[in-house]
Amino acid sequence: MMVDEGLKSELRKQGVYVTTWDQLVNWGRSNSIWPLQFGLACCAIEMIATAASRYDIARFGSEIFRASPRQADLMIVAGTVTKKMAPQVVRLYNQMAEPKYVISMGACATSGGPFHKGYNVLKGIDRYIPVDVYIPGCPPTPEALLDGLMRLQERIKARPFKAAMDEKQGEYAVPAYGDRGLLPRYNPGVWRPPTLPPVVATATPTSSASSSTPPSGPGLGRGPRRLYFSGPVGGMFAPHGASWRGPRACPWGST
Amino acid sequence: MTEPLLDTQLLEVNLGPQHPSTHGVFRMQALLDGETIVKLKPVMGYLHRNHEQLGEGMTYIASFPFTDRLDYFCAMTNNLGLALAIEQLAGGIEVPERAQYIRVIMSELTRLVNHTAVIGFLLNDMGAFGTPLLYAFREREKILDLFEMASGSRMMCNYIRPGGVREDVPEGFLERASRIVAEYPRFLDEFEALLTQNEIIRQRAQHVGVLSKELAINASITGPMLRASGVDYDIRKVDGYGIYPRFAFRIPLGTVGDVYDRYYVRILEMRESVAILQQALKEIPPGPSISPKGLQLVKSPRTFRPPKGAEAYGRIESPKGELGFFLASDGSPQPYRYHVRAPSFINLTVLEDLCLGHKVADVIIILGSIDIVMGEVDR
Amino acid sequence: MPVGLHLMRPALEGLKSAVEGGLPGVTLQLEGSVLMVEAKDVPRVCRFLKDTPAYEMDYLANLTAIDYPPDTLEVVYHLCSMRQKHGPVALRVKLPRANPVIASVTPIWRGAEFQEREVYDLFGVIFEGHPDLRRILMWEGFKGHPMRKDYVPEDQDAPDERA
Repeated sequence: MMVDEGLKSELRKQGVYVTTWDQLVNWGRSNSIWPLQFGLACCAIEMIATAASRYDIARFGSEIFRASPRQADLMIVAGTVTKKMAPQVVRLYNQMAEPKYVISMGACATSGGPFHKGYNVLKGIDRYIPVDVYIPGCPPTPEALLDGLMRLQERIKARPFKAAMDEKQGEYAVPAYGDRGLLPRYNPGVWRPPTLPPVVATATPTSSASSSTPPSGPGLGRGPRRLYFSGPVGGMFAPHGASWRGPRACPWGST
Repeated sequence: MTEPLLDTQLLEVNLGPQHPSTHGVFRMQALLDGETIVKLKPVMGYLHRNHEQLGEGMTYIASFPFTDRLDYFCAMTNNLGLALAIEQLAGGIEVPERAQYIRVIMSELTRLVNHTAVIGFLLNDMGAFGTPLLYAFREREKILDLFEMASGSRMMCNYIRPGGVREDVPEGFLERASRIVAEYPRFLDEFEALLTQNEIIRQRAQHVGVLSKELAINASITGPMLRASGVDYDIRKVDGYGIYPRFAFRIPLGTVGDVYDRYYVRILEMRESVAILQQALKEIPPGPSISPKGLQLVKSPRTFRPPKGAEAYGRIESPKGELGFFLASDGSPQPYRYHVRAPSFINLTVLEDLCLGHKVADVIIILGSIDIVMGEVDR
Repeated sequence: MPVGLHLMRPALEGLKSAVEGGLPGVTLQLEGSVLMVEAKDVPRVCRFLKDTPAYEMDYLANLTAIDYPPDTLEVVYHLCSMRQKHGPVALRVKLPRANPVIASVTPIWRGAEFQEREVYDLFGVIFEGHPDLRRILMWEGFKGHPMRKDYVPEDQDAPDERA
């Protein structure tokens, strides 16, 4: 519920400032996000550089990187998440108190990055925990991290406080070490593998070269191609309608 | 003989893999008697990104961006190590003069970046919460600007190639580098004035984590940690790779081998690096930045097929120690075996020996003085 | 090529004859610039190289393995001398892939400790006499040796068996 702008400016001339409870609380929350000190790999160094004096994340409110997850609001997963480390990441996420946010910093945390073809690399932390903002880059420059943080601030301001509190309740399943990988391979309540629709070979104009049927299959043929993005799109926006869907039931409930 | 008043137990504690010390995902399983370490086992592998397996699937040149991410503070020297190994494997690729000078300049700038950051982190671990780190990062940012000028990226430079460097340094690079190098001794003086004679650092770091000469050699320790124990072994002097024999620089050696010596050896090495840089920046000649054979290798990586059975072990003095690249070929454009000899990994062998009998707080600074980077430990 | 990165061939031949002379019953093969040692001789050869004053190989620079399916696994050693500043000398040992067992050199060079654990973890070579031979990079319950050429990693997008 927003306050009428005309009323607001009238009252302000009288020296009275009117706002909603949500706006006030969200303004305070978004400008004092305390990250968890959680650097995994190279992106952690850029995160430290962001916290250093040149880029100075403190002016955005993230003055202190808390060592304990209980005291942190934001987990910046900076660096490659390996299968050996993934259970620890999920445990830390579970230990954070609501409302909590996750920024997936860098290509590795988003999707495995340059190391995705590996026997020990998890292809993205969003397989097990919900991610709010993805920041591409390898490593993203400190400016990119600050931009991602600003987008997170906008998101925080856009959602009512009560909804944010109710949203990520419950514990997310901690994967266990299996013989060759983690079990389960992903948390179906959080993420599903992308599926491509079958490419239909449309009728192409007859070419002088040959009149045989054009080759079919994804990516081949001269028919119209549909690019299909499913799941989170890499980029600084948590996509509308894909993962930021509003209050989410606990993954252990009915999905 | 007095009876102990309390009945105590040994306590097993996990330090890590997530902990406030900024050394990455590293876990230590410590058995404590009160605050004193009785046993300590390091556990690593939390950042094992199968770098070697990836290298087997790509051409030799394609591995260069991945070497950046091994020791992510020192991208340039990692590139140089792989370039030397490939040059050896090819039977010797000539490197033009200007490229040799650029390589030395980039390596020594990397040494400055690394040692500054490491001392910043070590002081952070000692409890100087942030201030030396911010001073260190202020200087580091200036050098990262130089790297960005030359290679396009602050950290993951991917700049050095077999036969030279990827492209010549841009206009204004040498002047800017000379200016930064000229100001560096003043920054080191400022740093030292606050730290070297500091009572707290001396109390905390001297005679803590003493590494004897014999154990250091036997445990294959390399780098500043080895030299702090008094062993004169610097691969820039021993192997004389590149054009290092032309530069006049000294190797600082420690006497006791404790945390303080490791810190001070790094400060002195930075001063020697500044001397090398001043010399190199003055003497750098004009010329090509990559030899024709190197350029051909870069432009068509799949034509580079070393003979079957060829192998090479190229090593450099990276800021952390001896960084070696072992390549074995089977006649195809991809290496058959690609192994990285990581100094941080091997330097951790003695972690338990150094920590026994010390307190938990000392473990943190001993780990900080060993100077590990998990990208290299786990590859 | 700069001297010091590879011992030149005459020096390697001198080393070979010194080892064979000093250790009766031991033969080495010189292939290129690599000395091939037999698995049973490794502890004696290594100790000889370390203790002989002429060579004094007190520094194990590198220890790794190469997989040659279907029959062989080779363990590679690079030795240097810190006091005399020469090296590296490359030694290689061929092991049968089905049962790769070799004596550990950790009692000779402590620096082999983590490197042998890594070779055990990723290749499956058993080092007898190692104080603590267990996995170092992969987790404890992991099965298989990932750097072997026939290892197939799991498909992370495949439907989960347990789901």
